[in-house]
Amino acid sequence: MGYPYSHEKEVRLISRGFGDPAARTLDGWKAMGGYEGLEKALEVGPSGVIDEVKASGLRGRGGAGFPAGVKWSFMPEKGERPHYLLCNADESEPGTFKDRELIRWLPHQLIEGCLIGSYAIGAEHCYIYLRGEFFETTQVLARALEEAYAAGYVGENILGSGVTIDITLHVGAGAYICGEETGLMNSLEGRRGLPRVKPPFPAAAGFFKSPTTINNVETLSVVPHLLTNGGEWYRQWGTEKSPGTKLFCVSGHVRKPGNYELPLGFPMMELIEDVCGGIRDGNELKAVIPGGASVPIMNVSDCLECSLDYEGVAKAGSMLGCASVIVMDETTDIVKQVRRLVQFFSHESCGQCTPCREGTTWLTRILSRIEDGRGTEQDLDTLLDLGEQMTGTTICVLSDSAAAPVASSIQKFRDEYLALIRRGERVGAA
Amino acid sequence: MAENGQTQETVTVTIDGREVEVPKGATILEAAEGIGTRVPHYCYHPGLSAPAQCRLCLVEVEGAPKLQPSCVTPVRDGQVVHTESEKALQMRQGVLEFYLLNHPLDCPICDQSGECKLQDYVFAEGRKHGRSREPKRVFGRDDFGGDVLFYGDRCVMCTRCVRFMDEMEQEPLLTVVERGSRSVIDTFFDRGLADASFAGNVVDICPVGALVSKDFLHKARAWDLDHTPSICPNCSQGCNIELHTRDDLVQRLKPRENQDVNAHWICDYGRHRYEWMNRGDRIEAPLVGRGGGRRATGWQDALEVLLAGLEGAAGPVRVVASASASNEDLGTLAALTHALNGEGAVFRSPRAADEVALPGFPKLKRRRDLVPNRTGAELLGMERVGEDDGSGGLTEARDHEGVLIVLGDELPDQDGEFGARAELYVHLGSYPSAAAQAADFVLPITTFAEQEGTFTNFEGRVQRFWPGVRAPGAARPAWLVLGALLARLEGRAPETRPAEAFGRLGSLAAEFQGLAYETLGTRGALVNEPLRIAGDR
Repeated sequence: MGYPYSHEKEVRLISRGFGDPAARTLDGWKAMGGYEGLEKALEVGPSGVIDEVKASGLRGRGGAGFPAGVKWSFMPEKGERPHYLLCNADESEPGTFKDRELIRWLPHQLIEGCLIGSYAIGAEHCYIYLRGEFFETTQVLARALEEAYAAGYVGENILGSGVTIDITLHVGAGAYICGEETGLMNSLEGRRGLPRVKPPFPAAAGFFKSPTTINNVETLSVVPHLLTNGGEWYRQWGTEKSPGTKLFCVSGHVRKPGNYELPLGFPMMELIEDVCGGIRDGNELKAVIPGGASVPIMNVSDCLECSLDYEGVAKAGSMLGCASVIVMDETTDIVKQVRRLVQFFSHESCGQCTPCREGTTWLTRILSRIEDGRGTEQDLDTLLDLGEQMTGTTICVLSDSAAAPVASSIQKFRDEYLALIRRGERVGAA
Repeated sequence: MAENGQTQETVTVTIDGREVEVPKGATILEAAEGIGTRVPHYCYHPGLSAPAQCRLCLVEVEGAPKLQPSCVTPVRDGQVVHTESEKALQMRQGVLEFYLLNHPLDCPICDQSGECKLQDYVFAEGRKHGRSREPKRVFGRDDFGGDVLFYGDRCVMCTRCVRFMDEMEQEPLLTVVERGSRSVIDTFFDRGLADASFAGNVVDICPVGALVSKDFLHKARAWDLDHTPSICPNCSQGCNIELHTRDDLVQRLKPRENQDVNAHWICDYGRHRYEWMNRGDRIEAPLVGRGGGRRATGWQDALEVLLAGLEGAAGPVRVVASASASNEDLGTLAALTHALNGEGAVFRSPRAADEVALPGFPKLKRRRDLVPNRTGAELLGMERVGEDDGSGGLTEARDHEGVLIVLGDELPDQDGEFGARAELYVHLGSYPSAAAQAADFVLPITTFAEQEGTFTNFEGRVQRFWPGVRAPGAARPAWLVLGALLARLEGRAPETRPAEAFGRLGSLAAEFQGLAYETLGTRGALVNEPLRIAGDR
């Protein structure tokens, strides 16, 4: 299983080793400088690790972009309750496939990141919550974990330091909502995967009411490099506010879809036109969803000047999220695409909060009706109004996520909706 | 707001322009309710945890970026809250519209209609017309076992019922299955609520008509029911209840909050034992004379004759009472017995083999004593006799040769020979009974549902109840009947109010001293001395 495409503009820090089966093994990882970061961490102590991560400016790669070092520093002093590190590997956002590759090719990188993270926050137990559909990925990680245990990197008295950190793999049962951090905690505790009301925040009372930090796979995969090379080293890439590199999962109508590790701040058009080889069949670009299914959709003019960092994409009216760039060309039926996205959220809504439970379904039904040519112009107003009702009114942001593509697509592709409603004109099948 | 003599820390918040001081740690919703501002809500229930998922109690808090769920947001000093701001109202209207998307609007055939929170909220704040043109989702109906029927389409997914079973009954027999808009409350396959002991409460706390009582199904409309505060007569716990009545018939029993006794809950055992209050076979007029010479008469006449009989009787007085009678009834009986130089009375009462506690509020138990006033009877010097099934123990009374007075015991285990040897046999009861055949006087008395009074519960809490249905015919409260006799014997005017009959209790038993009928209120008060009686009640 090779790795399809790469490009010279890539800066491969955490994706070095993608496509190389040797990198999966302990020896292969060590040949790449593996577990040096862990040794360094044990030298500098937990506060030293947090300082280094803070210095790097690394922001959480799960979507929210919260500074990782700051998050770790929220953990309280060691008290009666144990601390936990949870690694969120429940990657299930449509269009996102970076964590899977990170685990598949560089499982030891993640294990090392988990160890350093656990050490930094004083956790003796780390759980990796894997998406249920990640069958091969789980096997690769399990094998690597066995190796790491046997070599003394995980478990009791790691490298003779007296530090104990255990890592447990947990495979989910296939619910998108379990990727929401508090839903993940509930699921891991054996309950229904329902997001929790915050506060209390996980750092105060998380997994089994204990202080907990939850990090994304990509975030933790960066950490060993920060320890090996120093936090400042990471800032040579990216922008002031969004330092470092990021894996971009590009999918859709480009010639070479795939994972590309690029410095943050990389221009979006260059990613599409150059790195990914341009739009398929010489077609025109129509729309981009830059950060996974749950962010506002962008039209061509939004994309032209957009730089791919947290601030740049926000400026263009969307969100970088987890940098899953879904590219759509002129043949795309926007109404159908948006309906499919919303249908996904409707299917995955946990059903706790009324606006989400009822709203996602209602959106789907209205969109389906419009798609079938039975829509009215009034429906568009209703859709926008519902979007407002569903934003900021629920426990988690799934509801907001479902509303975002609807509102932004009506705003940016109103003509296409109107053509379908008024004249039954439909953009070619896609 | 002081508890255990400690002053509680308070904070000052402004709700809808009104400054209010509330204890620290209270939620905005509680603070608002404290000043009479009702924030609509479904999932929040004062007796359960708050998942903040119905999103109906969202209010605007100045400084917060989003609307805040008032049921879980704690008050902070200086906080400014708007429950009726345009933003809050608009959001509530939106949430209410979501609730109506799939709601069948079958109010005309829904038992909850008239006491339904969806009706109330939509009527108060909802849109005039819904915008949905889509077909409605249909779940249909499900038998949850026991007395509970589930109408899935009316459900608002507040999960109060699930949390009641989890947190209070602590037997998670209900759960949410599926997710999103497909989620629905369900039982575990065939295992329904039939084995549960407190499942009826899920019907009470359901804010809409999703969970309804099979017993009450289509029996009465909510607006036709009168609500009377009362005390459950089915065990010695003394749960605070309401009698819901229509046309002088009790239609159902509902719990009434009292944190000292039953919180918000009652058990199914008590809830479903109300049919007897509607019995039609009643004694409706005083009957005088034995056998063929028996005649119905008025109270004046009956009491005159009885008084003469009592004054002329030579034998000792023996009394059989009932622990289902009120403190006032029993107190007046005790005073009369004393005036006639009688012996202490006996009573019989059924007693269950075990108790059934509500784990989430363990003070609430279906107690072993299946009568409401055993404590009151014993405080007044009466002695329990007979078996645990409420029979036996009356050998001496049965063949008593002096004056025999029976109050409130139907004597189902006795025949027409009971009291046949008595010189004078007075039977005060509500129902015709074979054991009253030999009585010289059969005097019709009211049940607790037809009269005012008090019961003393297992721990000595004296609690008031009020009449919910009218007494049939000439039936009168026993305290009034016995009080009239007593007044004549003592040569004074009779008591006319239950408070006066209650006032006598202090002179009969020291425990009742210091209690005033008027100040008992709806929550009751403990007797003022440690109970003399031993036992597990």
